[in-house]
Amino acid sequence: MKLVKVHITLKEGVLDPQGKAVQGSLNTLGYNNVKEVRVGKYLELTVNDDANIEAEIEAMCNKLLANPVIENYKFTVEEGVVQ
Amino acid sequence: MKFAVIVFPGSNCDRDMYYAAKDALGEDADMLWYQEANLEGYDAILIPGGFSYGDYLRSGAIASTSDIVVQLREQADKGVPILGVCNGFQILLESGLLPGAMLRNKNLKFMCHFENLIVENNDSLFTSKYQKGEVVSIPIAHHDGNYYCDDATLARLKENNQIVFTYENNPNGSVADIAGIINEQGNVLGMMPHPERAVEAILNSDDGLKLFQSMLENWRERYVAGA
Repeated sequence: MKLVKVHITLKEGVLDPQGKAVQGSLNTLGYNNVKEVRVGKYLELTVNDDANIEAEIEAMCNKLLANPVIENYKFTVEEGVVQ
Repeated sequence: MKFAVIVFPGSNCDRDMYYAAKDALGEDADMLWYQEANLEGYDAILIPGGFSYGDYLRSGAIASTSDIVVQLREQADKGVPILGVCNGFQILLESGLLPGAMLRNKNLKFMCHFENLIVENNDSLFTSKYQKGEVVSIPIAHHDGNYYCDDATLARLKENNQIVFTYENNPNGSVADIAGIINEQGNVLGMMPHPERAVEAILNSDDGLKLFQSMLENWRERYVAGA
């Protein structure tokens, strides 16, 4: 088994109202060093071993997990724990 | 004229859409469960608002992978009019039938109130009964209605006159005040405001009715002999 870790983030230049609100809250708490926050998504996929795993995950990201119009994605493939 | 209203798990404006077509407009309409729907033989397809699949992942993303979208693409290619409202618009975006994507409203709030829209393009089968520049009052009800597209896409939308409705006072941060856009072919319209909730005076506005009347008029001109 493999453990795939997918990170999805908003593209540069795409407004992130949620990130702005989080940044505002952090600043309110006194963390004035925080100049920008971008909120993204993190997914873990447990998948069967497959020679094409990288290409397949890429297709999954483009078709469903991320929206290429507004989001970027990156992923890593690690050894998964056999359950 | 026969309308299909596609019902997804989590659709909640399906009955309003049915009411607009059936009662307000006075035409035939069927509500079709997305798994069993056969879109063949309908004169127009309505994708209602709501929260299909609880807006999981992104609004409209899960619905856009269902088999019904394959049928939607076929009907769109054939030129059948397709109207997606609110979540229906989001599904059209996620399935690539319209360009762009939705972001969370810039004020992060779910907003539910009437907005003034400007009819930018009345040269479409959905808007022919409006005047160009006409201001209409139609309610919005959304959390993710902040339309986004890149500059190249926006330029194309403008060039092809694909921006159909804009907000008079942009409530959500949408690029170029966009409230509704149409595909290049001119038969697929997506809009965040709800025309089906503004089809009779008792609902505070009947400005949405003309949209359905435009669809009917266009269909009659095309398909009914002697009309």
